[in-house]
Amino acid sequence: MGLIQRLALLMLLVSPVQAQERFITVASTTSTEQSGLFKHLLPVFEKQAGIQVRVVALGTGQALHMGRRGDADVVFVHAQPLEEKFVAEGHGVRRLAVMYNEFVLVGPRSDPAQVAGTKDIARALQKIHAARAPFVSRGDRSGTHFAELQLWKAAGVDIAKQKGAWYRDTGSGMGPTLNTAAAMNGYALSDRATWLAFKNRGELAIAVQGDKRLFNQYGVILVNPAKHPHVKREAGQRFIDWLVSAEGQQAIAAYRIDGQQLFFPNAGN
Amino acid sequence: MHNILGHPQLWDIVALSLRVSLSAVALATLAGLPLGAAIAVGRFPGRAAVIVLLNALMGLPPVVVGLAVYLLLSRAGPLGDLGLLFTPAAMVAAQTILILPIIAALSRQAVEDAWREYAEQLRSLGVDGLRAALTVLWDVRFSLLTAVLAGLGRASAEVGAVMIVGGNIDGVTRVMTTAIALETSKGDLPLALGLGIVLIAIVLVLNAAAFLVKEAAQRRYG
Amino acid sequence: MILPLRLEGISFRHIIQPLSLEIGAGPSTIILGANGAGKSVLMRLMHGLLAPSAGRVAWSGPDARRKQAMVFQRPVMLRRSALANVAYAVAAAGIGEAEKIAMEALREVGLAHLAHRPARVLSGGEQQRLALARAWALHPEVLFLDEPTASLDPSATREIEAVIRAFDASGTKIVMATHNLGQARRLGDEVLFIHQGRLVERAPVERFFRQPGTAEAAAFIKGELPWA
Repeated sequence: MGLIQRLALLMLLVSPVQAQERFITVASTTSTEQSGLFKHLLPVFEKQAGIQVRVVALGTGQALHMGRRGDADVVFVHAQPLEEKFVAEGHGVRRLAVMYNEFVLVGPRSDPAQVAGTKDIARALQKIHAARAPFVSRGDRSGTHFAELQLWKAAGVDIAKQKGAWYRDTGSGMGPTLNTAAAMNGYALSDRATWLAFKNRGELAIAVQGDKRLFNQYGVILVNPAKHPHVKREAGQRFIDWLVSAEGQQAIAAYRIDGQQLFFPNAGN
Repeated sequence: MHNILGHPQLWDIVALSLRVSLSAVALATLAGLPLGAAIAVGRFPGRAAVIVLLNALMGLPPVVVGLAVYLLLSRAGPLGDLGLLFTPAAMVAAQTILILPIIAALSRQAVEDAWREYAEQLRSLGVDGLRAALTVLWDVRFSLLTAVLAGLGRASAEVGAVMIVGGNIDGVTRVMTTAIALETSKGDLPLALGLGIVLIAIVLVLNAAAFLVKEAAQRRYG
Repeated sequence: MILPLRLEGISFRHIIQPLSLEIGAGPSTIILGANGAGKSVLMRLMHGLLAPSAGRVAWSGPDARRKQAMVFQRPVMLRRSALANVAYAVAAAGIGEAEKIAMEALREVGLAHLAHRPARVLSGGEQQRLALARAWALHPEVLFLDEPTASLDPSATREIEAVIRAFDASGTKIVMATHNLGQARRLGDEVLFIHQGRLVERAPVERFFRQPGTAEAAAFIKGELPWA
């Protein structure tokens, strides 16, 4: 055994010993973690299957990257074009739809761009751009960021070229982005689930919702064992099967905050 | 405050934080003390450069160490087959690397200062090399405690390394600092602050205990 | 027997000019000279703490390292008890029953009652006596002393000188550097007078003080030598 292997063994010995249970590693997004969905959902699956689900919550882009490196068994994110590319490139076996929720545009009650109550997200973004109202973007290659960029396109704004000091690119997760928006009284695109669970709202409230283009679809993919032989194929597949099963879908629908349902199961779409 | 103390996993998180950081400190001390002592006592070409490098490495950014260890332990990386990524062992490894320079550099300083005082007398008594180094090391043991504490402080306080290599997995690799980061992200600032106070309290207790030990030793041994 | 010690043409950088001399057993040798004359460097060359730039330091018997001891101007004690410090030195020399021998040495210098006190909290005079006890416990053939009382007050100095006399009486060869003329007269049998890194005069102590043979020695005794 080389020196490195010996050191690694030493690490394992000094690290807290854990029962040798079965587990899978799932790369997912901050929205699913921070909304509390996993805390609600996973114990149900774990009890039934005896498989521990270890969730590493990053942005969609990072989660897919993790899948490419083989550091996760399952990827559970929300950017359909990116997910399909992931499968097409051979990193994933198959993409299955699991659930959806919506994005909402939140903004200060003072509403400098006068968009509150609109149902047209593209129009709202045009007005924000015209008013140079502060807007906080995630900027982290997440599903939400990806969706935001698509919406700017729909609004006819070439955001890469036309952003100014009013557009703040934080490069961070949903929570920190909302924190920043609350602190600077700016607009931000958020998924409804994270928003409902978010506690530091300051002067922010929902400004725009209900537009069909704010639809946010989540998909789940098994990382391709052909590319990464160590992937826990059987356990990972079991989790995916459960998510799209009647039982899993019901568990997703049952998750509420203050009586509001956050995620809407739509497997089979 | 009883809100925080009622946080269901608080004590698990605290226990894991302590286990990870204390393990890292133990390993870093095991490697760093002899390294620092050897550099203090040895004479070799490039010694000054090594000392400068060691001192500079004390300021290693935790997030950079985390990234480096992640690349090593990732399945796509050279040590991927060990399957250590996203486990407490990976966190221990990253923190050990992070604080090793601190312990080595500070113990080098302590030993070198003492060496200047003792070297001649020890040589006169016929005590040389390794034996002399160990005698000096034992003699400055209470100053070395300060170095170890500095390492422990750095390890307990950092979030960059453990976040990247641990993944902040609920119930598996979530420690105090990553929990605070998470609660802050969720906008639950009172909870984050509460956890922060608990963390500071723990570090304070450790430091106070070490201070008392050092004081008592000073009185006893002069 | 490791004596006589022969220094053959030794020099050390610009501090000690090439000199040769022989130090034999018996009379206690005082190395006398002003500050900066090179006494400490010469002592360290003889004891082996410094390597000469040229020349040879030749002892006459095997295992010379173990049969010498040195006491420095400032005593260097470990963070341990007085007894433990002496026992450490004894054990390091490979001698058995270290604690027993250490205790005897402490008794010899009158420090037995402080055996378990931390060595570093003792007074300057007590620590220097402890250093002598440490040397005593090793039963060296040659005891080097580098200005052992320069940092001490008169009463502590007297105590140290008493111990040195005891060493001498027990047959240990004393080689002591000092710039204190009175001390040299009290403790020495012969004087090696060092001036600017050269051995300028060597004489029995009484003759040296009554009839110095060289101008530098005469000037030194008259206290006229500059101290730079």
